[in-house]
Amino acid sequence: MRNPLADKIVDIKPSGIRKFFDIVNEMEDAISLGVGEPDFDTPWHIRDEGIYSLEKGRTFYTSNAGLKELRKEISNYVERTQGVHYDEMHEILVTVGGSEAIDLALRAMINPGEEVLIPQPSYVSYEPCAVLADAVPVIIELKEENEFRLTAQELRDAITDKTKILILPFPNNPTGAIMEKKDLEEIAEIIREKDIFVITDEIYAELSYKEKHVSIISLPGMRERTVYINGFSKAYAMTGWRLGYACAPAQIMEQMVKIHQFAIMCAPTTSQYAAVEALRNGDEDVAQMREAYNQRRRFLMHAFQEMGLRCFEPYGAFYVFPCIKEFGMTSDEFATRLLMEEKVAVVPGTAFGDCGEGFLRISYAYSLDNLKIAMEKISHFVEKLRREAKAKSSC
Amino acid sequence: MREQILAIIEKNSRINIKELAVILGAEEIDVANELKAMEEEGIICGYHTMIDWEKTSIEKVTALIEVRITPQRGKGYDNIAERIYKYPDVNSVYLISGGYDLLVTVDGKTLKSVSSFVNEKLATIEGVLSTATHFILKKYKDHGTILTKKYEDTREKVTP
Repeated sequence: MRNPLADKIVDIKPSGIRKFFDIVNEMEDAISLGVGEPDFDTPWHIRDEGIYSLEKGRTFYTSNAGLKELRKEISNYVERTQGVHYDEMHEILVTVGGSEAIDLALRAMINPGEEVLIPQPSYVSYEPCAVLADAVPVIIELKEENEFRLTAQELRDAITDKTKILILPFPNNPTGAIMEKKDLEEIAEIIREKDIFVITDEIYAELSYKEKHVSIISLPGMRERTVYINGFSKAYAMTGWRLGYACAPAQIMEQMVKIHQFAIMCAPTTSQYAAVEALRNGDEDVAQMREAYNQRRRFLMHAFQEMGLRCFEPYGAFYVFPCIKEFGMTSDEFATRLLMEEKVAVVPGTAFGDCGEGFLRISYAYSLDNLKIAMEKISHFVEKLRREAKAKSSC
Repeated sequence: MREQILAIIEKNSRINIKELAVILGAEEIDVANELKAMEEEGIICGYHTMIDWEKTSIEKVTALIEVRITPQRGKGYDNIAERIYKYPDVNSVYLISGGYDLLVTVDGKTLKSVSSFVNEKLATIEGVLSTATHFILKKYKDHGTILTKKYEDTREKVTP
């Protein structure tokens, strides 16, 4: 029999989280801090609207781009948060999660061999999606000393004459890093000068704990060269509804809609009705969840400080990214031992790129009580490791 | 900061000052002062525990009683409300808009003891026109907490 598989796909290595996930799932009583989704239920009024749409028999396809009233609400949201206008008829597309939008944007813009800049550590799908789109992924390794922000110098060093797109994943999963306006301004200048495009993944935009989140689309000359991606999963605790969206200039959007139309048809109708309610009446819920996350974030920062574990202060998403280099272990070894010996699951930083080595992603999408127990266990483990190291060095 | 403190301790009055300070990103001394001020101003009136008595072996019944009264000249409803709330059996008294005037909750050991309190004490107070007693059969949710179901984390254990 001939080989039924495509080499391009076979060559993509499976997500690094997978392997670890299998071990965690074997352990019944493990406390997990490994989840990349909110612990809150979707606010009831939003769920209710989904249920109501089913009761009314709204069970048909929507237009390819999504419900018009939802696109209108998205347009309003982007305008009121970033002061940037997108035309709901030609520049907004409702997708199956932010992930689909990432895939579409890359496929709509890449010609074989063109380079896509991917800052890492970052979400697991950018690199494989770039490969699927026949791009050459070029990794920019972000540094702890810059609080895992992308600096102008790092960007400049990575650009070649083949560079087409920069992916901008902030607020960042897994580091919790943000890019503030001044950081973005430096980046934008180079983007304009070198005539490249940006895919900005702002799925965690509402979970920013410093100033209000600023998008690169709000900077001069950036709207026309950027695909803006956001969604409902993180802000409204709607991961399972699978609903995101993209805003882009009509020229790019037209091609994205084409792929979406043939590959997906339209995003789930029930989810779209629920999302209209989320954007119309969900601000208060978002504010409450943001406050709860922020309290947990402060709690974790304090806990690490007390353990003497180095951790830069992250101001976005719901992750902290402490450094474990002092123990002379790989992230994988540390996470595996922590799981085996203390039954706490965290994700090794290397799951998000090689430069995540020496770090752990710890999610605070858990109740404070839960985090408290987990931090006691991690503290216990860290002390044990330090005792071991001391004993070793003294003999 | 007040609003934030209240939102937290309304759900968890056991949280200590140090922890409060950490999660609010504030100084302990400021949190302590704020708590003290709010106690003095009567904003914080107590630190109670929510108990689902159903799950204990202790017998307890609670009744909601609608009370219609005649307001008194110059005093309104306050005097009669005071006469009612002085009874230790009475757990709460609210002045209500609508079909009746006071909503009174009464705790007792048995149905009989509560009914006799209503008949002998409450209904006989001068100015009380009528009472209607509703016994609580089951509490599903109280103080924003669902009592009939436990939270269960149904998420996958590790996701990117």
